[in-house]
Amino acid sequence: MVDIEPSKSGARSVRRGPLKTLPMREPIIIEPQPRDRQYWLDIWQYRELFRILSWRDLSVRYKQTVIGASWALIRPLLTMVVFTIIFGRLARLPSDGSTPYALMVFAGMLPWSFFSTGLADAANSLIVDTNLISKVYFPRLIVPTATIVVAFADFLIGFCILIALMVWYRFLPNWQISLLPVFMVAAFFATMGPALWISALNVQYRDFRYIIPFIVQFGLYVSPVGFTSSVIPGYWRLLYGLNPMAGIIDGFRWCILGGESRLYLPGLAVSASVIVFFLWLGFRQFRKMENSFADLI
Amino acid sequence: MSETIINVEDLSKKYLIGHRTQRERYVALRDVIARETRNFTRKAIDLARGRQVVQGDEVEEFWALQNVSFEVKRGEILGIIGHNGAGKSTLLKVLSRITPPTSGRVVLGGRVASLLEVGTGFHRELTGRENIFLNGAILGMTQREIRKKFDEIVAFAQVEKFVDTPVKQFSSGMYMRLAFAVAAHLEPEILIVDEVLAVGDAEFQKKCLGKMDEVSRRDGRTVLLVSHNLAAVASLTHRAIVLDSGRVIADGPTQDGISAYISKGGNAASYLRAPDRQTSAPHISRVEVVTSDGNAIHQFGEPLEIKLWIKHERPMEKACLSFQIVNQFQQCAAAAWAYYPDVKFGNQKGETRMVCRFPSLRLNVGQFHLRVNLTEPPQGEIYERLDGLCSFEVIRTDKTIFWGWNAEDCAYHEEWEWSEAPVSGTIVHEKAV
Repeated sequence: MVDIEPSKSGARSVRRGPLKTLPMREPIIIEPQPRDRQYWLDIWQYRELFRILSWRDLSVRYKQTVIGASWALIRPLLTMVVFTIIFGRLARLPSDGSTPYALMVFAGMLPWSFFSTGLADAANSLIVDTNLISKVYFPRLIVPTATIVVAFADFLIGFCILIALMVWYRFLPNWQISLLPVFMVAAFFATMGPALWISALNVQYRDFRYIIPFIVQFGLYVSPVGFTSSVIPGYWRLLYGLNPMAGIIDGFRWCILGGESRLYLPGLAVSASVIVFFLWLGFRQFRKMENSFADLI
Repeated sequence: MSETIINVEDLSKKYLIGHRTQRERYVALRDVIARETRNFTRKAIDLARGRQVVQGDEVEEFWALQNVSFEVKRGEILGIIGHNGAGKSTLLKVLSRITPPTSGRVVLGGRVASLLEVGTGFHRELTGRENIFLNGAILGMTQREIRKKFDEIVAFAQVEKFVDTPVKQFSSGMYMRLAFAVAAHLEPEILIVDEVLAVGDAEFQKKCLGKMDEVSRRDGRTVLLVSHNLAAVASLTHRAIVLDSGRVIADGPTQDGISAYISKGGNAASYLRAPDRQTSAPHISRVEVVTSDGNAIHQFGEPLEIKLWIKHERPMEKACLSFQIVNQFQQCAAAAWAYYPDVKFGNQKGETRMVCRFPSLRLNVGQFHLRVNLTEPPQGEIYERLDGLCSFEVIRTDKTIFWGWNAEDCAYHEEWEWSEAPVSGTIVHEKAV
């Protein structure tokens, strides 16, 4: 490149942030099929937008509500009360070992509500941001991922409630609690896979918009949220692992409730492979379609 | 200055569009079932193969761009003009990487920021301050850049008092000013701008145009500008490409481009608002020029009528309508207006038709077009500003002159009388005191 005014323009480009980090002379090539290298480079370069979009979703979430962020407290608490009464008192299902039923329900509900809000929000995220997608370029992967981060904020609030409950029940966790982040990451990927898949398909086939609430509602009863998975007969438990959330909820209970909850490893392995499969499927579908989102939306 | 920064090679873009076939007059349930089944089967097959689902009975291919090639040099401002549906917006969308081309290739030698709309991503619940950061990030600015320019942006938009107010409480003018201010402070190497100049009040528009000119001149940035405002294109750019039905029909000096554009659209001497651009704000839905001869040919000195249809969903209280007749050199040759309170119109909601008649139009020969403005009283909101409408040609056959009538001579012919006055005596120069 030949600078017309070397002193002036040279000094400018050194000072400016993005021009400095971006290898300036690398041309952007627009072709019918985008190149891999450029794709990953773009995602890295737009990391700030990712941060800002997550922040936007977070700060807008409880705007114009009367009780604001308290919604994040009330919803899981009420669900816990209902489940404890229905499954624990009326159906008299056993808890994990000697743990209080409410605590067991809540330990399962934490990852479940993360999954369900993450999935539901992410699935519609591209459609909600139609305006953005049809008017500006940025790696589309940012949008659904940012909404999952918002679900994570609710998760953190839920975690505070859990701690309060543990204090209330005078329940001390074991060393297993240190492994919780591992299952948290797993829960994130378990949400990410189907979320990417459905959000991409949702752009083209709006049918998925109506499927999601159904999946979430159905999944709540299929997953061991209101009950422990130890009530499932042994020979079915491997099959039960096909529900990825079954493995994760079991993992959460094992970490939080300590030795009171047993971990069924083969089921966990099945869950893990289902998670990986969905992640691959979702990512593949998303990449295949994201290019033409602006045309389809 | 001669370095190529944008290189577009053989770019094409195809869309699939669906139609609904004409319905039969008598609808038979059997036919409906048969048709819907056929539709459903087609959609299911499309879904299974991962293809686009198209609504309607028939699917048609539509080429929005066909074999478009051009180059832009660093620091150049390129105007892109064309009628509705000519492919301008598609071209910009491909260049800003919003949609992929069907074939062909583009090489961009720098960071691109595209402004297909001002205020993209603005969130009504967030404050002005928050929206500046959000919008800036969406347009590709870093937080550091925005922080550095924050005060400048707020001052440019003249919203100092309201930075911490949610933008849903902004007036539409403030909202637009803030949105444009963020965009105006972008510093990409390539700036792509679509029709955004058509918003805001007149003074702010001028400010934005000035800012854009400054950006390219001072920093050597490349600007691609799409606009219906031919005067803006003419004053900002030296080179323009003209698109028609997805093809480049002219590429060269802006003046030639504008001529090509005007001559292309003018055979009907009428303008009809594209149905996809409907808004609830008052707008001009139709314009017609009634020339003395058919085919948009007008005889010099004959009466000319200009009819304007205005749609407004609510009564317009103080509307101002004006138009200018502009010649092929972008000079205004004549103007007429109906301003509140001298002329009151549109007091009922619905559609208003205004007719303006020139009893004897004495414009010189050449190509003319209309520039139409629908606004509130001066300094108020601009509802619509259209340029390059209803082109027509003035010819003169009442008299012949041996060198021929020439558009370049003047814009207007006044009637004249010559007489020879006798000159008596000598001119005295030594009169000065």
